[in-house]
Amino acid sequence: MAAVHDSFGRLPAVFTTPGTSSFTEFLSLAAPELLPGRRPLPPGTAAQVAPHATTIVAISCAGGVVMAGDRRATMGNLIASRDIEKVHPADAYSLVGIAGTAGVGIEMIRLYQVELEHYEKIEGAMLSLDGKANRLATMIRNNLGAALQGLAVIPLFAGFDLDAQDPAVAGRIFSFDVAGGVYEEKGYDAIGSGSLFARSALKKRHRPGMSVDDTVRLAVEALYDAADDDTATGGPDLTRRIYPVVMTATAEGTSRVAEEQCAAITESVVAGRMDNPGG
Amino acid sequence: MAMQFYASPEQIMRDRAEYARKGIGRGRSVVVLSYVGGVLFVAENPSIALHKVSEIYDRIGFAAVGRYNEFENLRAAGVRMADLRGYSYDRRDVTGRALANAYAQTLGALFSEQGKPFEVEICVAEVGPAPQRDELYRLTYDGSVQDEPGFMAMGGQAEAIAGGLRAQHRSDLSLGEALKLAVTALASVGGDGGAPRTIPATQLEVAILDRQRTGRTFRRISGAALAGLLDGGATADAAPAAVEADTAVEAGTAATPEPAATSPGKPEPETSAGSGPEQTAASPTADEATTADEASTADEATTSADEPAAGSGATNGGPAATDGPAVDGR
Repeated sequence: MAAVHDSFGRLPAVFTTPGTSSFTEFLSLAAPELLPGRRPLPPGTAAQVAPHATTIVAISCAGGVVMAGDRRATMGNLIASRDIEKVHPADAYSLVGIAGTAGVGIEMIRLYQVELEHYEKIEGAMLSLDGKANRLATMIRNNLGAALQGLAVIPLFAGFDLDAQDPAVAGRIFSFDVAGGVYEEKGYDAIGSGSLFARSALKKRHRPGMSVDDTVRLAVEALYDAADDDTATGGPDLTRRIYPVVMTATAEGTSRVAEEQCAAITESVVAGRMDNPGG
Repeated sequence: MAMQFYASPEQIMRDRAEYARKGIGRGRSVVVLSYVGGVLFVAENPSIALHKVSEIYDRIGFAAVGRYNEFENLRAAGVRMADLRGYSYDRRDVTGRALANAYAQTLGALFSEQGKPFEVEICVAEVGPAPQRDELYRLTYDGSVQDEPGFMAMGGQAEAIAGGLRAQHRSDLSLGEALKLAVTALASVGGDGGAPRTIPATQLEVAILDRQRTGRTFRRISGAALAGLLDGGATADAAPAAVEADTAVEAGTAATPEPAATSPGKPEPETSAGSGPEQTAASPTADEATTADEASTADEATTSADEPAAGSGATNGGPAATDGPAVDGR
């Protein structure tokens, strides 16, 4: 079916058939080989064949939500990547981060981004935030077979809810389980190997209604705590100037915290830990 | 006399072309032109939900005139094709040229194989790094494709509108100047006794492909930003700011007014069309009044070779009013 999008002939009927606004559904008809989760895997576990992405945190704040991820991917005891980016904008108002098998997760994010944009263009309107979360859950569910063979991927989804009554509390966070369950989280959540430590740090420090700037710093602190106790989570790499990816979603849309600002916050967090390693 | 059962292929193609051109010529017009900051689309469209101008991909926009259900179908196909290419290769590998090719093949096949051709005319526009590198493709009902030089008009009396654009279009126009030029050109036809009309902002659908942006460049301009640009109160400096402000609002509320956009074949509200001096070719009465004129301008507008003057003379007049109700979404 690859010829479908390579040829310069007349568009095949699958393109002009009305009905679906979902890119995934369209792909299942036009080019099913491009869909993740449909590839037969040989029996046995495949957990050690591909790099694993580690810790992501998401924290709601006044007027939005902040999501941050460390930069490490591991393969067993090796560091597979020092500067992988695991937090991405899903669309203009939402963010998605992944933990688990990096390759599967990054493919899933790409497909998810196209899915949201495709719906928006076909329908002329964005999906609701809950609709977006449910759509992501469906994609996780389709990966269950591979997950059971060790290629699990878990996303964290957060966004600014355009339909919220009160813009101050419009930042919402959704977590997922490997079977496709979707759960709305209050205040903050973390995923990945260091999530236990990040969540513990956030439990003590998170306050509802914090400003965006304070929350960005809190996210960097939580990742520091995760890296402190989890070998698979990368701490800030000051020698190579590799800092966490921090993104925000507010009424103005999604944006990535600039490299310089991230560097300044990270250096100040590290300086603080010089005096008090526990934060 | 015995009925004639044989119709020559030339006659069949001529009749189809005639049919499609009449459908397109009845519609209100769309103007697409490049300006210093990008590509501007201006459509005369009383509906806020049923769009004539849409986003296809990062740097590619789509404008159409004719039957709504038919160009909506092509638009969705274009979005699917662009998203599929972008997903399987890279976002940069989605080009307006490939899309125009696919549309041309599709329209050409429909024209020669189906009983009824699509009554649509389409513009695929891709914004480039400089106005000289903008690409505007005009695709007509028979699959012919033309690369237009910086501006184009489609729909009823397109040639007259294009004439106005040709005289005044420059690639260094600001957004405000380009918008005023487009609206003036659209308003120059369809008035009583050849007088220019006044088109209110609520009857305009305006969008741009913003050259300066990265990623998705398509933005609609509506509400206060559009009124400001039309009034000319916005200076060249203020204009981009107005667009920004509007798009933030527009994006923020995008979910509310638009879900009706997908009902195919739903007729656009035409109530405002028949009232006042801005009478257009949309209503059957106007049709009859302007059919002869339209047919001749349509003839000039097209480059397909299958249109003899005799063919249009035979079908002018009466039939236009009878197929009026069957045609929607002008």
